[in-house]
Amino acid sequence: MDVYLQALQLVFDPYVLMVILLSAVYGLFVGCIPGLTATMATALLVPVTFFMPPVPAVAAIVTATAMAIFSGDIPGALLRIPGTPASAAYTDEAYAMTLKGQAEVALGAGLWFSALGGLFGTLVMIFMAPSLAEIALNFSSFEYFWLVLLGLAGAVFIGSSSILKASISLLLGLLIACIGLENPGGHPRFTFGVNELLSGVNLIPMMVGMFAISEILRYMVNLEPPAKIVNAKIGNVFKGMWALTLEYKWSLLRGNVLGTLIGIQPGSGADMASWMSYAMSKRFSKEPEKFGTGHVEGIIESGAANNSSLAGAWIPALVFGIPGDSITAIAIGVLYIKGLNPGPMIFVNNPQSVYAIFLVFILANLIMLPLGWMTIKLANNVLRVPRNILMPIILVFCIVGSFAINNSLFGVGLILFFGVVAFVLEENGFPTAPAILGVVLGTMLEENFITSMIKSDGDPTVFFTRPIAGGLAFFTILILLWPVGAWLVAKARGRLAQPAARPAE
Amino acid sequence: MKLNDAVWGALLLALALAVLWNIQGFPRIPGQNIGPGAFPGLLAIIMIPCALVLVARGLRKDAPKGSFGAWLRSPGHVGNFLLTVGVLAFYIVAADALGFIVTATLILVALFLKLRVKPQIAIPVALVAVFFIHVIFYKMLRVSLPWGVLPILY
Repeated sequence: MDVYLQALQLVFDPYVLMVILLSAVYGLFVGCIPGLTATMATALLVPVTFFMPPVPAVAAIVTATAMAIFSGDIPGALLRIPGTPASAAYTDEAYAMTLKGQAEVALGAGLWFSALGGLFGTLVMIFMAPSLAEIALNFSSFEYFWLVLLGLAGAVFIGSSSILKASISLLLGLLIACIGLENPGGHPRFTFGVNELLSGVNLIPMMVGMFAISEILRYMVNLEPPAKIVNAKIGNVFKGMWALTLEYKWSLLRGNVLGTLIGIQPGSGADMASWMSYAMSKRFSKEPEKFGTGHVEGIIESGAANNSSLAGAWIPALVFGIPGDSITAIAIGVLYIKGLNPGPMIFVNNPQSVYAIFLVFILANLIMLPLGWMTIKLANNVLRVPRNILMPIILVFCIVGSFAINNSLFGVGLILFFGVVAFVLEENGFPTAPAILGVVLGTMLEENFITSMIKSDGDPTVFFTRPIAGGLAFFTILILLWPVGAWLVAKARGRLAQPAARPAE
Repeated sequence: MKLNDAVWGALLLALALAVLWNIQGFPRIPGQNIGPGAFPGLLAIIMIPCALVLVARGLRKDAPKGSFGAWLRSPGHVGNFLLTVGVLAFYIVAADALGFIVTATLILVALFLKLRVKPQIAIPVALVAVFFIHVIFYKMLRVSLPWGVLPILY
């Protein structure tokens, strides 16, 4: 009981509450502006959280991301541009509702069901994480090796448009993780004689570069003219929400469960959750013909799913130190910096901090309702913030943030380098999320690989003969073989279909 | 700026070979047949087939040729891109000598004007924004941003 009280004290501290409030406003603002993603919001927050105690630092990230994922729905409904990629799945639907004069229902559903989804994911996390941690206490380097590999395989093989390019991106990330002294032999690897690289590539400037500078560059070369805002009358957004909740309770539940599961699955996050939920909703709907014409059902299901995936992603992050998406990848970096090393031991050594994180999640999803309501009211003004003024200011913020970590201009060099690299890679179809997971997990993967190899005296069969390790190995290999299998099936089908098609030639 | 996949494959192949060549000099952990070179070596070896497949794809007849992307044909947007990269490089070179406030103001004004913000708005907004960021990081978070040519004001 003491631990719960301590957690309450940690969260209900005026300073922490102020941080939560400010980061909520910040998250709502960033999510609402198209072109600024929730991941970018997190990356920009990190330099500031660097100077905070652990609990407010994590609280800032949790709150800002939850808000940003919701408020990404707002420009979707009013501009037909998703504020964050996680809202893209139902942007057309929400915009169609606005054109039909139902903007308040679309936005209200986005807000209400985002909060419900977030709370559902949080409850799953509260009940699941501690018991998973107890199991994880028995894991050895073999199990961890497979867990990390399973996470990385999931990031590459599930939902990437090009598995080859995602794999290459992952390998590049893992190679970046090799830079520096922190390796089994304590040998300086790939440092090119640069002293700053001895401790490895600093994660914070790298993430600011990959997720903020690259976005700024993309804005700078964007040829599309600014979108027109629909001047929609927005009344009481909460009106009729309870009726919708009762009417679509199964959709809501399905969205919640699927979202949380996709969140837990390492490597895929809110965007994937909302796309899959939208598809699922259409598949199971009684009136699928209404989808795309301004029907609220899909918004309910995938709006709930993308917020529930946020909490889901924290489960593997806290229990194993394996991020569930790129946002938690950044958050894990923050946890390490704050000395709250994620992993099962955090539940033993620091349970009050874990419970405090749970509390923050609940609090964030509750204050989302009033603050989100205010954002919707102000949306027309927020959307008019001129981006040719905003983007340069964000750039200066990136510079200061990356400098602040070590008081060194080397950080500014890093954001420049990684910003340009991420921009060029994305232009060429290489996704950046696998790279960031590779960098975050590279050290852990290598450490467990080398430890396991030394323990087994170079005998690789031990990786498969321990029961849990064997099971994890099975799943990993299943994911790795999935695309090959799918390709073979498609080929076999094509061959069967071909003879029929030939006479027509 | 889209390059043909074959070019990417060749670049990645070169990277993998460079890593393999580089790790030859790494020491081993005493008494073990595994060392700091093992993991990057493994990554490089996995990278090689990936790079080769990419080359093969790029050389197929129907593969998309390298293209320059619409923005590279618009001088204004190329200018935007180069200016963004340029101001970052400028900050690295000039920040210590000129100080944060001067450098950041110059950067902001340059970017604002390039993005067609009116000068009578650009200059005051730049000054206010720089002052704000400076107070947050220098005063509240105690980051030692350089003063440069300015005297220490607060």
